[in-house]
Amino acid sequence: LAKGDIVAARDRIFGWLYVTPLMLVLLPFFVAPILVVLAASFFQSDGYGGLIADPTLQNYVDIFSRTLTFNLYAETIKFTVLTWLFSMIIGFWVAYFLVFHVRNPLLAIGLFLLCTVPFWTSNIIRMISWIPLLGKEGLINMALLRLGVVHQPLEFLLFSGFAVVVAYVHQLTIFMIVPIFNAMSRIDKRVVEAALDAGASRLDIMRMIILPLSKNGIALGSIFVVSIVMGDFFVIKVMSGGGSASVVGALYEDVGVLQYPSAAASAVVLTILVTMLVALILRTVDVRKELAR
Amino acid sequence: MTAAGRALPPPAVSKAVVARALAPRASGRPWTYYVLLAVFLLYLLALYGPMICIYILSFQDVRGGLVFPMKGFSLHWFVDLFAQVRTGDVKGAFDRSIKLAVIVTVITVVVSFLAGLAFRRRFRGDGIVFYLMIGSLVAPGLVLSLGVGLLLQYVGVEGRWYTSAIGAQLSWTLPFGVLVMFAVMSRFDRAWEEAAYDLGATRWQVIRLVVIPILAPGLVAVALFGFTLSYDEFARTLQTAGSLNTLPLEIWTMTLNVTSPSLYALGTVTTIISFVIIAICLGTIAVIQKRRASRVPAS
Repeated sequence: LAKGDIVAARDRIFGWLYVTPLMLVLLPFFVAPILVVLAASFFQSDGYGGLIADPTLQNYVDIFSRTLTFNLYAETIKFTVLTWLFSMIIGFWVAYFLVFHVRNPLLAIGLFLLCTVPFWTSNIIRMISWIPLLGKEGLINMALLRLGVVHQPLEFLLFSGFAVVVAYVHQLTIFMIVPIFNAMSRIDKRVVEAALDAGASRLDIMRMIILPLSKNGIALGSIFVVSIVMGDFFVIKVMSGGGSASVVGALYEDVGVLQYPSAAASAVVLTILVTMLVALILRTVDVRKELAR
Repeated sequence: MTAAGRALPPPAVSKAVVARALAPRASGRPWTYYVLLAVFLLYLLALYGPMICIYILSFQDVRGGLVFPMKGFSLHWFVDLFAQVRTGDVKGAFDRSIKLAVIVTVITVVVSFLAGLAFRRRFRGDGIVFYLMIGSLVAPGLVLSLGVGLLLQYVGVEGRWYTSAIGAQLSWTLPFGVLVMFAVMSRFDRAWEEAAYDLGATRWQVIRLVVIPILAPGLVAVALFGFTLSYDEFARTLQTAGSLNTLPLEIWTMTLNVTSPSLYALGTVTTIISFVIIAICLGTIAVIQKRRASRVPAS
């Protein structure tokens, strides 16, 4: 046995030793629950919150034979796409401004931290904080009325799809800013200069250097935004005022009336969809390499 | 860090040259600068404006409503929040949430640190661990919550905020912790570790005397993520906390039932706690960096 082999074997053993605690959390609190939900989705309900272990496909048949299911997914995907689009556009330009326009690096980091601080505060509180602004008697309507822009308060501002998107973008743009900021910070400024020397316009630089090199950051941010919006229900419930439903919202109502098998089946369908979306994004970027760079 | 990245000398171009290249106008700033500055300021306004509104509105007196204008000025709704039974057990929820967050933070820091050490090298099956972690991050919170709830029901154990909820929250905080460790580890130069081994240090000594002190600011950042993500976690705790509410669950109930400024008062109090935690962590990191800078002679 060469010394290299012994070192390699030792590294492997310590590698597993060091991730054992992580696995001790992931196995019972991620793998097991997913398997339990999968199993429960094939069971029947006894109507009182109990499960009858008599395998059936009925729960899935029910899901796919209801038009409600497709409406729920259409609604959820609509909000996901809108949130993704707006948070990506805002996140990209904010990150671009901080990296390429703020000349003092200390100031750039300070402004970056200013953007991230709300991430560490309560999401629910940040969501309800839109109520005094968007409401019928809220600040925005008051201002518009006083300026004479409108004569009736705008009703669509709160408890509407608009409010849902505002709340999501407010919460999730940070998930775009951080990875894009990271990717852009690592762009070698000499490449930009070389392009300018070679006669590139600023549009060319954006199109051929900055966008391709920020692609991984955008992908990473998209994973967060898409999976969070798809898996969320309280923003839609509160900010739409009950006007819009979501996949997870319906699932939560099933849980509320103890219909665990049908809740489990729709959980499985949702999880598969989210996994497929994330896998699709992962195909465009090697996340692990991106993180360890 | 890639090999190519290491081989390149540090950029020799001065910042001013690049700035001039990006901004080729006489004034030094292209028109896009002003547009993006406006975008950035609007973003900050939209980020902080609404939050500041509810902090202000929480200081109304007893006539206060959910919208402007301010009606009076008092601490009425803060007293109401902690005194009234009507709004639920806010004090108990605070107490539980903070204890829970402390426990989750400690576990998150230790486990993420160890996982960070492991992921520096490839080992057989590392991809599986990595993708399980990503899965745990992107899985819908309520789905996991439901699964843990069903599992508890099956085993016949009651969920408690100090048992099952800890695990459910760790499935959310740990992926973030490990991702932060990835970023931290990528800046860690293994030469320091090798040097310690060459001088005869044991593995434990290397970790205690070399690795941990060097990575300290990163570990504080992991702690910040652990505490705040646990303290604000909602979906995964929903079916796993048992009969006693944590603070976000309490806030959620209030959002649906309470239509008085006491909801805003709760928002103000919980945000103050978050801000204190953020300030402590960022301050600690700044102090460590400063002490380091003063120790190394300026080059």
